Amino acid sequence: MQVREIQDIFHLKMVAGKKGLDNEITGGYCGDLLSDVMANSFKGTLWFTIQGHQNILAVAVLKEMAAIILVNGRLPDDDTKAKADDEGIPILVCDLPAYQLAGQLYETGIGKTAE
Amino acid sequence: MRAFKSDLHIHSCLSPCADLDMSPKAIVERSLEQGLDIIAICDHNSAENVAASIRAAKHGLRVLPGMEICSKEEAHVLAIFETVEQALSMQDIVYKHLKGTNRPEVFGDQVVANEFDEVDGFNDRLLIGATSMGVEEIVKETGRLGGLSIASHVDRPSFSILGQLGFIPTDLELDAIEVSDSSRWEAMRHEAIGVEKLPVVTSSDAHFLSDIGKVYTLLFLEAPNIEEMRMALSGKFGRKVGN
Repeated sequence: MQVREIQDIFHLKMVAGKKGLDNEITGGYCGDLLSDVMANSFKGTLWFTIQGHQNILAVAVLKEMAAIILVNGRLPDDDTKAKADDEGIPILVCDLPAYQLAGQLYETGIGKTAE
Repeated sequence: MRAFKSDLHIHSCLSPCADLDMSPKAIVERSLEQGLDIIAICDHNSAENVAASIRAAKHGLRVLPGMEICSKEEAHVLAIFETVEQALSMQDIVYKHLKGTNRPEVFGDQVVANEFDEVDGFNDRLLIGATSMGVEEIVKETGRLGGLSIASHVDRPSFSILGQLGFIPTDLELDAIEVSDSSRWEAMRHEAIGVEKLPVVTSSDAHFLSDIGKVYTLLFLEAPNIEEMRMALSGKFGRKVGN
């Protein structure tokens, strides 16, 4: 699934990184400790976090993530948005907490493990 | 030039998580027993006990006013100053960015004490909380006021800039990074990103009297002040951080 599709289905607002709307999502990860996210995310990750610091972009680039979703009404810092535009990694924002949004996306089959 | 035995991260009874025995007077006495030359009082998001601690100082112990500020990313950064006025100016900025009220039964008492071991009052702000300031803003304001910025306990997973932000942001103008445990740092420093050019100090992060001076840093200085320390941290004019 592409970032563009989840943006449409869940009415997420894109605040930066438009170039990356066709990025392919392979699964999801929730985390606000960037050290943990660096260790556990993977190529194509859709990352749910409340951290808006510019380091999130470096982590996303390093791990070749598909997109970042800032949950719970959080917004990225301005320099974070600039980097997202440069790197083409979309930042989407959402008022829902991570648990609820991740649950909804999981039900679509994104990153769903075999039961 | 001589070596100054320095412990630059000591909490007082103002920090909700610190022992109530950490009065300004008791901290000074314990520091002298431990042979320290320089200490910094760094309570969570507040500098209300620094003036009393400086007044309590004796026998040549240099007590520096500081605070340990929690950024909006929930990384702890020390801001250490030359004068009480500088520290209180920083406190004004921090208080404008700090919400909430303390619940002593949950987080602990926040005692404002004088230099005679007496209680002057209680701080009712949520000092254990995070400010709405980013790490860049904290470091910038600290520098503008003439202070030193040191990232707290980067060798720990909680509330450290490496834990919260994964690596040291490239344009962050820290004066040093602090570790709590040199051997743990030795084992992890090769994996840490962005730390290569930063001097490392070792501090106790004391919350109990018995913690004070357990670990420390030797600073080679002409005099125990912030300007000399800044030179030592940048390795200039013969000043240095030693072992």
